[in-house]
Amino acid sequence: MPRYIARRLLLAVPTLLMVLTVVFVLIRIVPGDPALTILGDQASQEAIRELRTRIGLDQPLYVQYADFLGHAIRGDLGNSMVSGQPVLKQVWEVMPYTAELTVAAIVLGVVIGLPCGVLAATRRNRFPDYVTRIVSLLGLSFPSFVSAILLILVFAIYLGWFPVITASDLSHPLTRMRNLVLPAVCLGAIMAAYVTRVTRSSMLAVLGEDYVRTARAKGLPRGVIVWRHALRNALIPVSTVVGLYLGILIGNSVLVEVVFARPGLGKLIVGALSQRDYTLLQGLMVVYAFIIVLVNLLTDLTYALVDPRVRLP
Amino acid sequence: MKPSRAGWALPIALQRATRIFGANKISMIGLAIFLIVVALALLAPILSPFDPLDQHVLDRLQSSSATYWLGTDTYGRDTLSRLLWGARTSLVIGLASVAVAMVIGSVIGIVAGYFGGRLDMVIMRAMDVLLSFPTLIMGLIVVAMLGPSAINLIIAIALTALAPFARVARAPTIAIKEREFIEACRALGFSDLRIMAVHVLPNVFADILVMGSLWLATAIRIEASLSFIGLGIAPPAPTWGGMIRDGFENILESASLAVFPGLAILLVVFALNLVGDGLRDVTDPRLRGE
Repeated sequence: MPRYIARRLLLAVPTLLMVLTVVFVLIRIVPGDPALTILGDQASQEAIRELRTRIGLDQPLYVQYADFLGHAIRGDLGNSMVSGQPVLKQVWEVMPYTAELTVAAIVLGVVIGLPCGVLAATRRNRFPDYVTRIVSLLGLSFPSFVSAILLILVFAIYLGWFPVITASDLSHPLTRMRNLVLPAVCLGAIMAAYVTRVTRSSMLAVLGEDYVRTARAKGLPRGVIVWRHALRNALIPVSTVVGLYLGILIGNSVLVEVVFARPGLGKLIVGALSQRDYTLLQGLMVVYAFIIVLVNLLTDLTYALVDPRVRLP
Repeated sequence: MKPSRAGWALPIALQRATRIFGANKISMIGLAIFLIVVALALLAPILSPFDPLDQHVLDRLQSSSATYWLGTDTYGRDTLSRLLWGARTSLVIGLASVAVAMVIGSVIGIVAGYFGGRLDMVIMRAMDVLLSFPTLIMGLIVVAMLGPSAINLIIAIALTALAPFARVARAPTIAIKEREFIEACRALGFSDLRIMAVHVLPNVFADILVMGSLWLATAIRIEASLSFIGLGIAPPAPTWGGMIRDGFENILESASLAVFPGLAILLVVFALNLVGDGLRDVTDPRLRGE
């Protein structure tokens, strides 16, 4: 196991270096002069030159690249061009909100998705299976901003149970919970749909295995076979999928945060886009990619931990 | 047994695919819904009761009526007409971006799988890097950098789909290049380009096509999401994402403005997912013998 972990960690290093390179290139594909784009056509030559110097655009590309890499590796993602604050500080300020939303969505997704998936698999090609399959496919088809708007319409505007937009002061835990419910349900429904489908197909594969037949032949009760013997093994691919779909979840959280006017990484990136804050954008891209690479790494390691076959060369 | 000729693989694979797909009634319903939406989009100039850009200022924010079936927006524009024309934008951008990703991604995947070795490692590492960015974030940044236009939207969405297509094309290529008929081609002195284009491509085509249909739903959803954030085709051109954005801003005055285009996206994506579900069965090796 330690050798596997070391190998996997080493593999993540070139990926992260390439991620940094891609971010550097992406932010610099702006047609024309970024300084001019930021300041607008009316800006004086003086102001443009000053901004170019401030953000290092007057340096040759390779110097900019080395500078960016050197700082990023040391954990310095620069300062926002608009607020002047360090990018990482701004990220840390909103990170808890995105993290709590993502965790809540995953918990909801697993709590709803697992039993639904097991139900569908154990009643394959019968009514509960058809309903679960159609409903989960419908769940996957909902663009998160559409479901967010529908949730707001029903539960915030018509029924008035929840706030339409997130409260500006979230310091009270109850207010914070109340403001989390609708966004979490919105993302959790998508997650539940994914988990249901993966659990179903994974359970179907496991239920056809020899050891399940043996358990049945031994006369074990059906519940014990399904929940103790089959589900335990079916969970391995499910755990991987939960990790892999975290990327989709984080992407969708952008839209949900925008619709619910909720603080978070997504709202920060949309704000940076509208204000053309390139350093903040660059930093946020690195943060997003870092999260995905980290989650993939953890998913692989978890997989290796629960399934020893993975570690074999 | 028929002589093994790679050129025959395509029709046989397609025949089998059509048979398995045709037996799946739910997927056929999905396909029918999608084709109806395509027909409605194509016939938009004939079916639209009004010009989608015409502003009927006196009839702002009307609810459904005999004149305006789905009501009007804040500028008094007919929602039904905008919905029909908006379908064109969604479908054209969705189809074009998937086509671009399909062509470039397949070439990358086949080249990586066919030549193997260091080239394969470098290419697939690069694809892994592309996969390190959440799809929507990648689309967001590329459109924001290049500027919102139809072409740039297509480039952005295609870029997010490139890596999955490369992976799908690479896996079967690795298996096929070891087969005897490829060895025979090499012995006959065929160039690598000819082997890849004439003998490898037809064998991986079915998988790529299935992936294409699965990604169409995602592409349409990304386009709508980008338009919703304000990075879609510039107004006043009708797009479903843009209509939802306008509707959301006026949600307290008229809820239907956001709901109708939202349901339209949901319907198309759901229909495509139904199709994709059936197609996934086609590529499932466990069903190959059936």
